Amino acid sequence: MHFEFNIEGGNFSKAGTASSQLKKILKQLNVDPKVIKRVVVALYEAEVNVVAHAYTGQIFIDIDTNKIEIKLVDEGPGIPNIELAMQQGYSTASPAVREMGFGAGMGLPNIKNNTDELHVASEVGKGTTVKMAIFLIS
Amino acid sequence: MGNTNFHHALKIREDLCIGCSHCMNVCPTEAIRVKNGKSVLFGDRCVDCGECFRVCPVSAIIIDHDDFNNIFDYKYRVALVPAVFTGQFPVDISLRQIFSVLIDIGFTHVYEVENGVEILLEAINETSTPQPEKKPLISSFCPAIVRLIQVKFPALVDNILLLKPPLDISALHIRKEMEEKGIPAEETGIFYVTPCAAKIAAIKDPVGEAASAITGVINMDILFNRVYRQVKQKNNHTCALPSGSKLSNVAMCWSLTNGEAPHVKGRSLAIDEIKNVIEFLERLENDEFSDIDFLELRACDESCAGGVLTISNRFLAAERLRNHVENFQPNPELQYPDSLRSIYQNSEYLQENISIEKVYPRSILKLDDNMAEAMKKMERVNRIMQLLPMVDCGICGAPSCQALAQDIVQGLGNIKHCIFIQKILEQKGELNLEDSVKIMQDIWGYGKTNKYRDLKGI
Ligand SMILES: Nc1ncnc2c1ncn2[C@@H]1O[C@H](COP(=O)(O)OP(=O)(O)OP(=O)(O)O)[C@@H](O)[C@H]1O
Ligand SMILES: [Mg+2]
Repeated sequence: MHFEFNIEGGNFSKAGTASSQLKKILKQLNVDPKVIKRVVVALYEAEVNVVAHAYTGQIFIDIDTNKIEIKLVDEGPGIPNIELAMQQGYSTASPAVREMGFGAGMGLPNIKNNTDELHVASEVGKGTTVKMAIFLIS
Repeated sequence: MGNTNFHHALKIREDLCIGCSHCMNVCPTEAIRVKNGKSVLFGDRCVDCGECFRVCPVSAIIIDHDDFNNIFDYKYRVALVPAVFTGQFPVDISLRQIFSVLIDIGFTHVYEVENGVEILLEAINETSTPQPEKKPLISSFCPAIVRLIQVKFPALVDNILLLKPPLDISALHIRKEMEEKGIPAEETGIFYVTPCAAKIAAIKDPVGEAASAITGVINMDILFNRVYRQVKQKNNHTCALPSGSKLSNVAMCWSLTNGEAPHVKGRSLAIDEIKNVIEFLERLENDEFSDIDFLELRACDESCAGGVLTISNRFLAAERLRNHVENFQPNPELQYPDSLRSIYQNSEYLQENISIEKVYPRSILKLDDNMAEAMKKMERVNRIMQLLPMVDCGICGAPSCQALAQDIVQGLGNIKHCIFIQKILEQKGELNLEDSVKIMQDIWGYGKTNKYRDLKGI
């Protein structure tokens, strides 16, 4: 099954819309609650990253009985050093974003911990693509 | 939606129901449909919150309870009374007056539910900090909330605090006390005076416990009427006055909103009213909040003071309990011979027996147990939703277009139940007018469907 969502950069009140929708879908599909939690947490962090760091983005979700694949494609500043960005505690978040409770530098590491596959690709000045997968049968 | 073997205290009386659909529209778990002019309850979806009971204009929704005279099947008859019961009475009627009338009308003992609070509080604050994934702990106090989590938030069942609420702790204490006095268990009947339906369901069909120590349940409104009449009709100087409340400040207000949260260590939050709770749990499930240690969640606005079986205005009832605190004077001496000892006499025993077992999810959201099947069904639901008007008018007898689409896929509904689709089918000659009226009649009953014609005589 395929689903798509849009993300609006800068709009924190809408961040989490896609992860909430996906959660509803996975509950209806009788996916193990523990797996749902991992998926939702990972997607939520990735959504917030687009809202916080990029201008606009799109989410593509594919679900089959073996795995859940999620791709987020954004237009934004891109990530100059992905290895660094993946490190816990690394953040370039502005003071304004930090005031909203984001910017601890935990997002990408959290995505990594909750997914079975994670691939981040980025072009500075253009945008970032985050691909993740969670397997349903271990 | 086959699984209906859960006990529900809420029942719809078919003979009284007028099929007005008010209940269907307020049910937070979409557990009600209208068929043949009557409301029908899906037992596996109902969490006994009682929202339907509140809105029914003809009192067709009833709350199953035990007959008052059942108490006389027991030699020892304990009224297990929550603080909100006393909150129902005008302030000039004292607690001791209320209790003495309870003795007068047939109980042998009166015991306040909230006596169990301090024992519980001790256990909560001794509970080791849970692993991060089990944070925050969610209070097991409100049985409607526990059931809500089971059916709608299966990922959160492990967050439920596995400790008995004060009600069960007090009941256990009473059992133990009677046993110490050498009274055979079958001679003691413990009757809880309930402000809501959920507590009844929890007693008749406990979650995480094999059986309840409570014998029966008496609805608060019924007992209030009985006691209040008695208070009004005569002054009660003839019977032994049981001692007044010895509850602490904290215990007295435990069942009110913010009764638990401020007393639990760490960062805790109190949320009341089921819609607010649902909104919060949706976001909690996304892990959007960190650093919350404890959640007090209650299905009713103003918590138990707003229970569906209460009589007094919920704000006034809460005020009475809060004010009682001010004139609280501990009165340790026993006033009548049968009094039970302090709950602390059994604190070790109670602490040993305070745990409940793991709570299991019973999701109502899944379209099928098998994921591949569920995916097929979801595709069908989505296709049907595209055809529906998405106005959630409820004319089809389901609370929303989505609910109708799901019912259709589960074999419980028909797309022709949608009035918008009927119109088009009629226009295209694919549905004749007789059949169209018949469909309406099957949903709303003869009376409502044919009212206009029959009254106008056309
Ligand atoms: N979609 C993106 N576009 C541009 N930069 C990004 C994007 N996602 C992450 N980054 C960069 O990577 C850094 C680390 O991201 P990460 O999600 O780990 O932390 P954060 O977003 O700063 O804080 P937190 O997620 O804890 O609120 C960010 O500060 C940002 O510089
Ligand atoms: Mg982030």
